[in-house]
Amino acid sequence: MTETLNNICLDQEVIVKQIKGDGMLKRRLMDLGFIPEASLKCILISPFKDPKAYRINNNTIALRNIDAKNIEVVYANN
Amino acid sequence: MRTIKVALVGTPNVGKSTIYNALTKNNVHTGNWAGKTVDFTKGECVFQDIKYEFYDLPGTYSLLAKSKEEVIATDFIFNGDFDVAVVVVDATSLDKGINLVVQTQEIFKKVVVCVNLIDEAKKKGIIIDFDLLKRNLNLPLVKTSAKQKEGLEDLLLTIKQAQALEYLDINYGILEDKIKLIEEEIKDTSKNKKWMALRILENNKHYIDMFNNLNLLDLGSKTKQAKEELENVDISLEIVIKIRKEVKRKLTNVVKYKNYDYDKKALKVDKILTSKLWGIPIMLIFLFGIFYLTIEGANLPSNLLFNFFQGLEDNLSNILEFIKLPNVLIDLIVNGIYKTLYWVVSVMMPPMLIFFPLFTFLEDLGVLPRIAFNMDKAFSKCDACGKQALTMCMGVGCNAVGVTGARIIDSKRERLIAILTNVFVPCNGKFPTLIAIITMFFMPFTNKYSGLFGALVLTLFIALGILVTFIISFILAKTILKGKASSFTLELPPYRWPNIWETIKYSVKNRAIFVLGRAVKVAFFAGFIIWFIANVKIGNTAIITYLIKFFNPFGSILGVDGVVILGLLLGFPANEIVIPAMLMGYLETSTLTDFASVGVLKDILLVNGWSVKMAICFIILMMFHYPCSTTLLTIKKETHSNYYTFLAFIIPLLVGMGLAFLINILF
Repeated sequence: MTETLNNICLDQEVIVKQIKGDGMLKRRLMDLGFIPEASLKCILISPFKDPKAYRINNNTIALRNIDAKNIEVVYANN
Repeated sequence: MRTIKVALVGTPNVGKSTIYNALTKNNVHTGNWAGKTVDFTKGECVFQDIKYEFYDLPGTYSLLAKSKEEVIATDFIFNGDFDVAVVVVDATSLDKGINLVVQTQEIFKKVVVCVNLIDEAKKKGIIIDFDLLKRNLNLPLVKTSAKQKEGLEDLLLTIKQAQALEYLDINYGILEDKIKLIEEEIKDTSKNKKWMALRILENNKHYIDMFNNLNLLDLGSKTKQAKEELENVDISLEIVIKIRKEVKRKLTNVVKYKNYDYDKKALKVDKILTSKLWGIPIMLIFLFGIFYLTIEGANLPSNLLFNFFQGLEDNLSNILEFIKLPNVLIDLIVNGIYKTLYWVVSVMMPPMLIFFPLFTFLEDLGVLPRIAFNMDKAFSKCDACGKQALTMCMGVGCNAVGVTGARIIDSKRERLIAILTNVFVPCNGKFPTLIAIITMFFMPFTNKYSGLFGALVLTLFIALGILVTFIISFILAKTILKGKASSFTLELPPYRWPNIWETIKYSVKNRAIFVLGRAVKVAFFAGFIIWFIANVKIGNTAIITYLIKFFNPFGSILGVDGVVILGLLLGFPANEIVIPAMLMGYLETSTLTDFASVGVLKDILLVNGWSVKMAICFIILMMFHYPCSTTLLTIKKETHSNYYTFLAFIIPLLVGMGLAFLINILF
């Protein structure tokens, strides 16, 4: 079952299915390692619940929920 | 002497600038956050009779040329006006760096890989098979730990011996045939045709224009055919995926982890620093703690310095009398220039020597991006960018630095918001003044808690500055800089324990002494001007008295007096001299001719009718008025616009006058 990245639970490993949208944001996300097949998890939630930080490729990247919505993921253990 | 030009390429926050500084003895500050180097700088060093010229390019994640920094870096490499490209790679996060190595190899032939932060990798239990990595990459490779200055000579020798290799040829799968088609329509060149064809294929306007300007293209039916056949393919994604595959292949079996949880401790710290309950309070406590240490610690040395310089005053007079200078000149030098100078030095130096090392320490440790992470929601509510929190932190050092630093914000609209509001965080030119006034008027207790109370008051004023930043950002985003918040990606770098000694050395040399030097320079002339207007008389009255009388009615509307207004006007070149200027104004009109310590300054102010309310109005006006001349010039340079420079001038001035006026009539 696919889910958008902003909705995943804390510390749950997920795998990127696809990145929607285009332009600058998509390119930036791909540079940071958000590409299909990449696995990642949400490790930090800021005090106001937005943005959240994700661990991907040994880096920690913070994304606003509205941007994370563009990333479709599936849970890793499915 | 042989000269080798070297381009330093690297991902953000990889220690590129540290290497650059260590080699060239330049002082680019290397904060622990992505995008600290926003422009590129040039420096050189000589080693074994060879001159090395280094170009420190802005940190980028890739060379696919979309963001501002990427374009700067990629253009530089593509134009190839240098001899060797050194790609600096983070040993604790190899794939990020190798991604850049691979992309550099597609554009440039002489590449050296520099794996930096090896000490940190070791500490984290990351084991790297360097021989295998070297074989896989087939490139010269050097291990460095720039912070410890290890491996730097090795790096220079490797640069010297670097050979030109073939461009890296990545297999782009379904794109390959089309690349071949387009290559046929690119004229003969020493540049990599394949890389050029890829840019054409993904319709990168910037590069297509550039290739055209270089007269390298002869595009026609084949290119058109190639593009048409790939109409339904996401070319950019295809390219990125193929590059990633190549990186993965090169890193197969290279990295092993001693224990998988190597950053468990850092994560624990992060969870607390960004927690719902503690995130915001901890940030305020950091702020408060720095202020407290600064206020408490600066008190005694300030008084000592003051007494010391004052003690020299008579000696200076005696010497000047001895060499038979006219009395007017002696008065000018001693009471004009010398007094202003030592006031600035003794009041400003101690707080700066404490404040800046502390602040730089937090910066190097990597705390600032966490602050941006915590605060982003508030900025996004204002339709601004969370990275504005970083430019605000830089503004604490110097507003001109904050304005330049706003380049880390991608969206032009959000960048302008950050620039126009930067002056609302007090820069270090204002801090000592704020601290001095707060020490005098808001520390009612003479016991050990007075320092705590002073720090609290200062924290509250800074909080007011932050609040005003949000309000003005919000208003700007709804009016003249209308728009929705753009996307936001922020890297939270690993914590890095700074080299304490380097931190102190850097912050003292480049921040404290720099600011102090500027203050002294300005104070020198200001002292002269102030003495001049205080001593040259028209009729029987000094010019300064006319000026003060002239500004008095205006000042009284804002809850202050003519002297304060005059001080703020004279402080336009540098905020540091506002108080010395005021002091001269008061000394001219009051009977007090000598004061024993900084504490007695309060008496001077009290004699001239200062109250707590007036102190508050003064602090408001001090915090919120036009930026200093340096900052305004920087804003003009960054925005290329008289209109925005004018806004940057008028908005804070109106805010300050409005607030002071309100406080004056309400209380």
